[in-house]
Amino acid sequence: MVNVTIDGIKVSVPNGSTILQAAKEVGIKVPTLCYHPDQAVKANCRVCVCEVEGNRLLQAACSQPVFEGMVVKTKTPKVIEARKTILELILSHHPQDCLNCIRNGNCELQDLSAEYIIRDNPFELKVRGLEKDLSTPAIFRDPDKCVLCRRCIDACTVIQSVSALGVEKRGCESMVVPTMGGNLIDSPCVMCGQCVHACPVGAIGEIEDIDKLMAAIADPDTIVVTQIAPAVRLALGEEIGMATGDLPMEVFVAGLRHLGFDYVLHTNFTADLTILEEGNELLQRLTTGGTLPMFTSCSPGWINFCETYYPDLLDNLSTCKSPQQMFGSLVKTYWADKMNIEPQKVVSVSIMPCTAKKFEAARPEMNSSGYQDVDIVLTTREIGKLFRMSGLDFSRLEPSPFDSWMGAYTGAAVIFGATGGVMEAALRTVYEVVTKKELTDVNFTFARGFEGIKEAEIDLDGTKVKVAIAHTLSNARKLMDQVRAGESPYHFIEIMACPGGCIGGGGQPITKANVKRIERIGAIYDEDASLPLRKSHDNPEVKVLYDEFLHEPLGHKSHELLHTHYHAKNKKCL
Amino acid sequence: MDYKNIIAKFADVPGGMIEAFHAIQDEFSYLPEEAIIEAAKVFGVPAADAYGVATFYSYFSVKSRGKNIIRICESAPCHIAGADEVVAALERELGITMGNSTADGRFALEFAQCVGQCQATPVITVNSKPYFDVTPAKVVEIIAEYK
Amino acid sequence: MAEEMRIVLRNYGKIDPLKIDDYISLGGYNALKKACATDKTALIDDIKKSNLRGRGGAGFNCGMKWSFAAMAQADQKYVVCNADEGEPGTYKDRLIMENDPQTLLEGMAICAYAIGATKGYIYCRGEYPQVVKILNTAIAQAKEKGVLGDFDIEVRMGAGAYVCGEETALIESLEGNRGEPRYKPPYPPAQGLWQKPTIVNNVETFAAIPVIVEKGGEWFASIGAPSYPGTKVLTLTGDINNRTFFEVPTNTTIREVIYKLGGGIPSGKKFKAVQIGGTSGAFIPESQLDTPIAFDAMTAIDAALGSGAVFVLDETRDLVDVTTQIAKFFEHESCGKCAPCREGTMRMFDLMEKINDGEGSAQDVALLNKLGRVMSYSCLCGLGQAAPAPVLSTIKHFPADYNAKFA
Repeated sequence: MVNVTIDGIKVSVPNGSTILQAAKEVGIKVPTLCYHPDQAVKANCRVCVCEVEGNRLLQAACSQPVFEGMVVKTKTPKVIEARKTILELILSHHPQDCLNCIRNGNCELQDLSAEYIIRDNPFELKVRGLEKDLSTPAIFRDPDKCVLCRRCIDACTVIQSVSALGVEKRGCESMVVPTMGGNLIDSPCVMCGQCVHACPVGAIGEIEDIDKLMAAIADPDTIVVTQIAPAVRLALGEEIGMATGDLPMEVFVAGLRHLGFDYVLHTNFTADLTILEEGNELLQRLTTGGTLPMFTSCSPGWINFCETYYPDLLDNLSTCKSPQQMFGSLVKTYWADKMNIEPQKVVSVSIMPCTAKKFEAARPEMNSSGYQDVDIVLTTREIGKLFRMSGLDFSRLEPSPFDSWMGAYTGAAVIFGATGGVMEAALRTVYEVVTKKELTDVNFTFARGFEGIKEAEIDLDGTKVKVAIAHTLSNARKLMDQVRAGESPYHFIEIMACPGGCIGGGGQPITKANVKRIERIGAIYDEDASLPLRKSHDNPEVKVLYDEFLHEPLGHKSHELLHTHYHAKNKKCL
Repeated sequence: MDYKNIIAKFADVPGGMIEAFHAIQDEFSYLPEEAIIEAAKVFGVPAADAYGVATFYSYFSVKSRGKNIIRICESAPCHIAGADEVVAALERELGITMGNSTADGRFALEFAQCVGQCQATPVITVNSKPYFDVTPAKVVEIIAEYK
Repeated sequence: MAEEMRIVLRNYGKIDPLKIDDYISLGGYNALKKACATDKTALIDDIKKSNLRGRGGAGFNCGMKWSFAAMAQADQKYVVCNADEGEPGTYKDRLIMENDPQTLLEGMAICAYAIGATKGYIYCRGEYPQVVKILNTAIAQAKEKGVLGDFDIEVRMGAGAYVCGEETALIESLEGNRGEPRYKPPYPPAQGLWQKPTIVNNVETFAAIPVIVEKGGEWFASIGAPSYPGTKVLTLTGDINNRTFFEVPTNTTIREVIYKLGGGIPSGKKFKAVQIGGTSGAFIPESQLDTPIAFDAMTAIDAALGSGAVFVLDETRDLVDVTTQIAKFFEHESCGKCAPCREGTMRMFDLMEKINDGEGSAQDVALLNKLGRVMSYSCLCGLGQAAPAPVLSTIKHFPADYNAKFA
């Protein structure tokens, strides 16, 4: 332990602690901008500088380790002047359009500017005047707003190993740019949106489709049908002033009805369906010598990653579409038919924790219903914005159940939202299908938790199946390299692109720290435990779907509507 | 020589990407995009990073430029010794402005910071060869050497 | 006083730099032999005793630095020579490398022995391709002679980035990356090149080592100013009669350098200012010319010895114009990693240009003062910290030049 004094307060902190950590220990907040709790220290914004007795130079609190007897002052006039000047410098190189910025009200620079009482900036406003990058359907870049903290690069490179972003040039000309200085669409970007979470300002964000939705709702000739992904509800409360997990599902549904959705259905329905298709696909591969290990295919960021970096392993990917897309092809066929609605009138909307889902929905092959299967994808953040605009008081909304059909779901579908959830859900079904015995305990706890890679060997009545689970693409890469080298011991691998799985998706409420993601995971398993049905094959509506329409997993209709194929992305820069 | 062969020569040099870029530039006078991507592969770094390196250093160019690179020092000692007049003479003589290349691809004109020959300011370099105590009159002779 | 004393340039003009035998015939590599026969701790103690301080600009005690690397436990350590001489007006390292490359190699080899390194790099700036050739020839000859033992030296060439003179930026560049400084600590003697203990010293520092080893630390400590002993190579540029270089003891005053060695100002003009240490140095007025060039004496007048460049300006020079050019230099050379330097150097140039163009005001000068002050203690590395010095010092000592622009 090391004894230090911070603003006159004595504290003992572990060796190797930084000033920032020590200050937090005594309840003193040192402002930061480039600092990110889950990333390497950068020390490049210099907003956290503090005075250390005996040193003329101010020290960055985020990088400076404490030493025995260190005396730190975090807010002397010299420090305040430095921080203010640095903020003025950054702000004078930043567009002053906070009012119509995607991060208005949720911007670290805006907060700092308020905290440090920036009024008349002595530096002349000088905006770069660069063009927005609107090349992808999922993520935009607004380089004028970039403050060069480089957190997005860390998220993209270290956490995701996608490496679509880097710094070009130097000095005041330096910029964060996609590979080779081009547009995102030409870079290896997988549209996972983790850079959006990392960005302290509005330099990277999701392409908003709110106007498209409003137009569809306003059109009297359309039937607007929405599906909600499992991870959305848990985090959505954070957008409307509630604690994680506190927004009840049926209140959420009621809110959507107020917004003008005609039918509110659930992606969980097709999550259960995915388990039946994917589980049977796995069994088929295991018994017929198919390509193994099989990879899950629910996470569109992961699919993009596999198509970009591992095109040689596309045969390992489950051919199952993601639950969003299964839903999309069914809603304009099975559901429309059952409801007696002309499919061309259906506007299929999905509410997703994900930015890559926007890209997935726009894939040209996703039209097996004869129409674009999913027309509009909104993120959790976008629906949160609509809820805020609606002026609804969620504490007074009358709960409303999901519509049927395609609204029923089990706990197995709910846990899709967390890393390991698809694996656990699949095992609950595969076990019973193979062994013809009822599971005494549906909880496969090995699959839970935030660890990067989890693995287990499952005994299916004598048949041993080795499985692995990874979240974040850098962890996925480790498993993929094993497969590529022919050294993978596994039969089945679940990959989720985002930290923590969908609960940490690129479309979720802006989340800086993994602690928040871990909290959401907790809420997911609570919901699973609270449900009467927890195995996908017990979903009554899915049973009806097979009886009436699909007839059997992996059958002809399934292949037509629920399965897909993948394409190598030949990126020039790789 | 093909850029792939050039890069391959440095494959085993730790941190050798900058050395490889120098060698590519010796051949092409700039760093073609394919060469940067190839270097990224060989040195095992993301292309985004290789591009970041290529655009960081002022001696590297990611845009095609004239074969003979004329650099004029604009640091303070050269500045007070009349570098501005030398710049004007170079621009006049080559018919281009600083930062550009002649249409025939023979010359590129760039600013440089101190080239460490301050005993004889102002200094210009042509393909890194320094010329001392340069005057507008001398500019004509120097360019003639490379025509 | 005001006599040249050649220690690092002791062989200048006396040997053919491309012939190692010339160097050896003048006693070259005796120091390395002597060092290798000495206990490592005793050797480092002697370097400490010499009180040799880094000649690159930071002035850190060389022996002390070595002792940190020597103490560090690692499977590999590195000796790196900083030959990225980028300070405008400076060419002393080039002189040493062009005229006596073996002394540099010997100095590095002594360091390698002292800290337990087997691999060395010379990071030579991209502006000196001819020096790279000389160094490679010298290394080949030294290898052939076997004088370096198991110590291997490789030359790497920079590519035009002033910031790479900062030791951690240099290390990044050696690793093949963008030359962006790292935050410190950790310092290179603990974690440097490829995260291994690394000594980065300037050419001039290494060149002094063989002589110190040969003649002893005490001998060196007795030369020049006691707190910064030895000699310093100065390169004189600008309005000075003898536009050349001198190696002088560190207690020589600026006045002696300009008027005795430099021969004064040409054409009978009057002295106005001198900028010492390169383009990041402060401009010094007439009233401070009796300051010795030693590190601490210069610090005491808010100036810096830096690289030893001496840039003299006569009474006809417009300091605002010169400082504007310098501000442009820093805008161009900032690496862009840290906000106060990236944004600050840009604003500094904008404001200087505005004033120089006659469009500025006293308010702009006040803003420059604040900006410069903040940069000097907030920036991540020495570049940003030193960049405001020319601006702040001209505002302080030569306000008339600024006022003249407001008319």
